[in-house]
Amino acid sequence: MIKKMKLRDIAGSTEHLTCGHRLCTGCAEPVIVRQVLHAAENPVVVANATGCLEVATTIYPYTAWKVPWIHSAFENTAATISGVESAYRALKRKGKIDKKINFIAFAGDGGTYDIGLQSLSGALERGHAFLYVCLDNEAYMNTGIQRSSSTPRGSWTTTTPVGEKIVGKPEYKKDITEIIAAHGIPYVAQTAPSHWMDLMTKVKKALKVEGPTFINVSSPCPRGWRSEPEESMRLSRLAVETCYWPLYEVENGVWKINLKPKKKPIEEYLAPQKRFAHLLKPQNKHIVEDLQRRVDERWETLQWKAEVSQQRSQQKQQQQTSANPTSQ
Amino acid sequence: MTVERKKWRDLPIGGVIITGGNAQVYLTGNWRTKKPVIDMKRCTNCMICWVYCPEGVILVKDGKITGIDLEHCKGCGICAVECPTKVIEMVKESKDE
Repeated sequence: MIKKMKLRDIAGSTEHLTCGHRLCTGCAEPVIVRQVLHAAENPVVVANATGCLEVATTIYPYTAWKVPWIHSAFENTAATISGVESAYRALKRKGKIDKKINFIAFAGDGGTYDIGLQSLSGALERGHAFLYVCLDNEAYMNTGIQRSSSTPRGSWTTTTPVGEKIVGKPEYKKDITEIIAAHGIPYVAQTAPSHWMDLMTKVKKALKVEGPTFINVSSPCPRGWRSEPEESMRLSRLAVETCYWPLYEVENGVWKINLKPKKKPIEEYLAPQKRFAHLLKPQNKHIVEDLQRRVDERWETLQWKAEVSQQRSQQKQQQQTSANPTSQ
Repeated sequence: MTVERKKWRDLPIGGVIITGGNAQVYLTGNWRTKKPVIDMKRCTNCMICWVYCPEGVILVKDGKITGIDLEHCKGCGICAVECPTKVIEMVKESKDE
């Protein structure tokens, strides 16, 4: 069991990502990284894919990281961290190291949903013990807001402009958390920085697992979402409350919804973001309705999955206890 | 707030960065147009601002908030929005300071 955390106990402890990094004002990525690194109890090694986080925290000759940190290309963060983890295991076998070390990979949605998917999938299948954190800001923000497979339907980006032919991105957002869960790895979760307790508990849980783990975190981006910098955490909370970004985890094949909010209409989440400004016009009402329908459907499916998988695991437990009652 | 730049002769061999977290010498405080001011009398030290600060510039000592590192604060205003007791106010920066 993970002990409940208190902010007062962790506040003021060493920051492993220092100030002086050059991520945009109001960016949620450093909030997430700080929360992740504060939740880690053991020393960590970080691998970081190309992206906003990598570029802005390590502008030469400075680095904002106080932990061992490796930069890799967009496509191979998971491969890099699995290599580091293998080297660590080899050293441990030889008796040259006995410290417990956690391995964390940070990548954006571009490095996870699109370009890095093959190496991530491979590393998950090989079963290396690492935590992969996806900072999902729903487009290629670092290079100037180009659409990615994580960009939601109807969203404006520089490569999916709003015009006569298309009204923002025509395609739906890819559901990477479910794709990763389909690998059957021990722990997969989805969380948001506005729910810090949820995020930090999930990181602690993931780092205790001897195997691959994945956490997908929604990361509001004031620059690309065309929102106000001070709104970042509120937007993240709205994403959860509208069930656009449900907080859930998949632990050994059992789905669990961590927060069942009183569902708000999707418009409340769309309205503060200028990337969706065109959707609020009457002629684009059908896209909003479509988004709402999809959110509802996915929320229903998720609840169904949670119910069925929990029932199954309870049945399994009962069978086990009835088969060998002496072990109790 | 200016940063002294190193000449190429002063760089370590291979151009490696030899100190972790040296970004601290780069002062991002001059990005700010509004600065957060905490009403210390009403602050309950709940640390919500600390956990949501993207820069980690809320200074904490022995479980109490002691101030804000204005040399690095970018003035995003997340702390003022998230503060449950609403004791943080964003004040426009003036030239005389």
